[in-house]
Amino acid sequence: MARKIRVVIAKPGLDGHDRGAKIIARALRDAGMEVIYTGLHQTPEQIVETAIQEDADAVGISILSGAHMTLVPRILEGLRENGAEDVVVVVGGTIPDDDAAELKSAGVAEVFTPGAPTSEIVEFLRGKVPVS
Amino acid sequence: MATTEDRGALDSTAEWKRDLYETTPERQGELFSTISGLENEPLYTPESVEIDYDRDLGYPGVYPFTRGVYPSMYRGKLWTMRQFAGFGTAAETNARFQYLLDHGQTGLSTAFDMPTLMGHDSDHPRSLGEVGREGVAIDSLDDMETLFEGIPLDRVSTSMTINSPAAMLLAFYVCVGEEQGVPRDRLRGTIQTDILKEYIAQKEFIFPPEPSMRLVIDMIEFCAREMPKWHPVSISGYHIREAGSTAAQELAFTLADGFAYVEACIKRGLAVDDFAPRLSFFFNAHLDFFEEIAKYRAARRIWAKEMRERYGATNPRSWLMRFHTQTAGVSLTAQQPEVNIVRTALEALAAVLGGTQSLHTNSFDEALALPTEDAVRLALRTQQVIAHETGVVNTIDPLGGSYYVEELTNRLEAEAYDYFERIRKLGGVVAAIKENFFQREIAEASFRYQSEVEQKRRIVVGVNRYERRDERPVEILKINPALEREQIERVRALRARRDSSTVESALAALKRDAASEDRNLMPSIVEASRAYVTMGEMCDALREVWGVWRETPVF
Repeated sequence: MARKIRVVIAKPGLDGHDRGAKIIARALRDAGMEVIYTGLHQTPEQIVETAIQEDADAVGISILSGAHMTLVPRILEGLRENGAEDVVVVVGGTIPDDDAAELKSAGVAEVFTPGAPTSEIVEFLRGKVPVS
Repeated sequence: MATTEDRGALDSTAEWKRDLYETTPERQGELFSTISGLENEPLYTPESVEIDYDRDLGYPGVYPFTRGVYPSMYRGKLWTMRQFAGFGTAAETNARFQYLLDHGQTGLSTAFDMPTLMGHDSDHPRSLGEVGREGVAIDSLDDMETLFEGIPLDRVSTSMTINSPAAMLLAFYVCVGEEQGVPRDRLRGTIQTDILKEYIAQKEFIFPPEPSMRLVIDMIEFCAREMPKWHPVSISGYHIREAGSTAAQELAFTLADGFAYVEACIKRGLAVDDFAPRLSFFFNAHLDFFEEIAKYRAARRIWAKEMRERYGATNPRSWLMRFHTQTAGVSLTAQQPEVNIVRTALEALAAVLGGTQSLHTNSFDEALALPTEDAVRLALRTQQVIAHETGVVNTIDPLGGSYYVEELTNRLEAEAYDYFERIRKLGGVVAAIKENFFQREIAEASFRYQSEVEQKRRIVVGVNRYERRDERPVEILKINPALEREQIERVRALRARRDSSTVESALAALKRDAASEDRNLMPSIVEASRAYVTMGEMCDALREVWGVWRETPVF
């Protein structure tokens, strides 16, 4: 039997908008993944540490504070520094198109904006993480 | 097929439903319940709802205020059109304020950035990347002076959306007033200060619930004594709804928070009629048109009843629920964003038909970024069209007496009382927060709705039906990244030039007062503000004394 995909859902920065993060966390769990939700107000360093400690296959970063261009690259960098560049990083939130393109070229696998169905996110992660 | 003659012979709604309605099939797939999941009958009639007119509805301006808090409502005065604004530095937001006042806005409403909301100065390491992003960065009285430069505080009313550090921002405002020669008893406005809904939904908390509540009550007491025209707390359902709650949860949790403040004030020794007239509310205007209208009507009636019957308020002004409304940010879509103009207009119409005292309409581009000036103007114009062109302002509570709206009002009221009972059994609002009761209820509702959308049992135009392949890019507001650096330098320069011994002694006084339960903290916060102690420094001092709050997340 295939092992479960392990996903860390992370809320970096200072904003408290956690509706999306919680919906995604639950949808991924219902889809059979192992989900670790960091809770609010995490620093990039804390998120990297959680991803490594939890041996995560993927990190889903939920951010609605507008600080994505500062915080997401620091998470990518932290993962690289710890030899965890194979962790799939996806971002969700109010991310303008230009910023999304830049984040993707920096190493983010996908950016999901408001309205993205959870099924699409589930499928995306299943496609990206080999589990057999 | 039934004829007109047969229909005349029917003696009940149930018979009509069985003999006529159910003879034709309903559309399949989409739900007929409200967006919150309340079931709807296909038809409401006099048999569906029992109305004791004087007891349940009454007249506008008359207990229980179901039909409105003022006798003349919008024929006397339109609602205040109050667009929430704030981004970048104080100077930039000041320019946006001036723009809005020039375009006919009648009140100001300040959005603060995340570091300010969380009690961090702009140069704090946690603030990096967040300064001026989602609101204006205010670190000290110095920034507040710039924010209101050229705006006479005796002629505008100002709303400030801030909670954990509300006391500091109120103190800054009082000091700006003094500098302009406007005494504090003439300042008009509202500061949100509603810390309970932060733990429940918005999650911009700093301190644990008990000292936070004490700070709120300090502010209410201070305003009752010294700022008679100020609303020291705006009890907010808006964020509860945005976090994914149902309409009934928004109603119930907000009112439960309101009662918790009332009880804490009474426990402090305040007389209910000395503070209750200054309590105000803030609700969401979501898409389910009639459910929203029913929610506002139920809210007024419950508040009036409880204030009079349970808390013994005798001043009729203590019974009045006055509220601000904002259209639902959560209903906006990133797909085909111009459709948001329509959503916002319908939501705003519900708020007006529900008797709101002031209104913010969201801009269509807000699922993408902070709004551009053009988008904000269009949002304000939406309110102006409702006010001046649709005729809905001509008659008070025009939906009163609708069998459906009255039944739904009763149902929302009953749902709220069920929740009050559950909260009471858990030991009150603070105890329920600690047990994650609200957080769990909201997460459940929010997930249910999302599942319904994904199963296409609820249709969101442009998202799960009528999608467009070739989305056109929308021009959005970009915050100049140089502003963060500028603001950091500004607060550092302030630290270098102010008198450090005054700052030290002001902070020591604040800590001393914070450690002593029977001191009102407002005077020492005003003193510290005058000495240009920053908001972050004051919050840090209180963190030392009170500690910080961490939630255990549930999903």
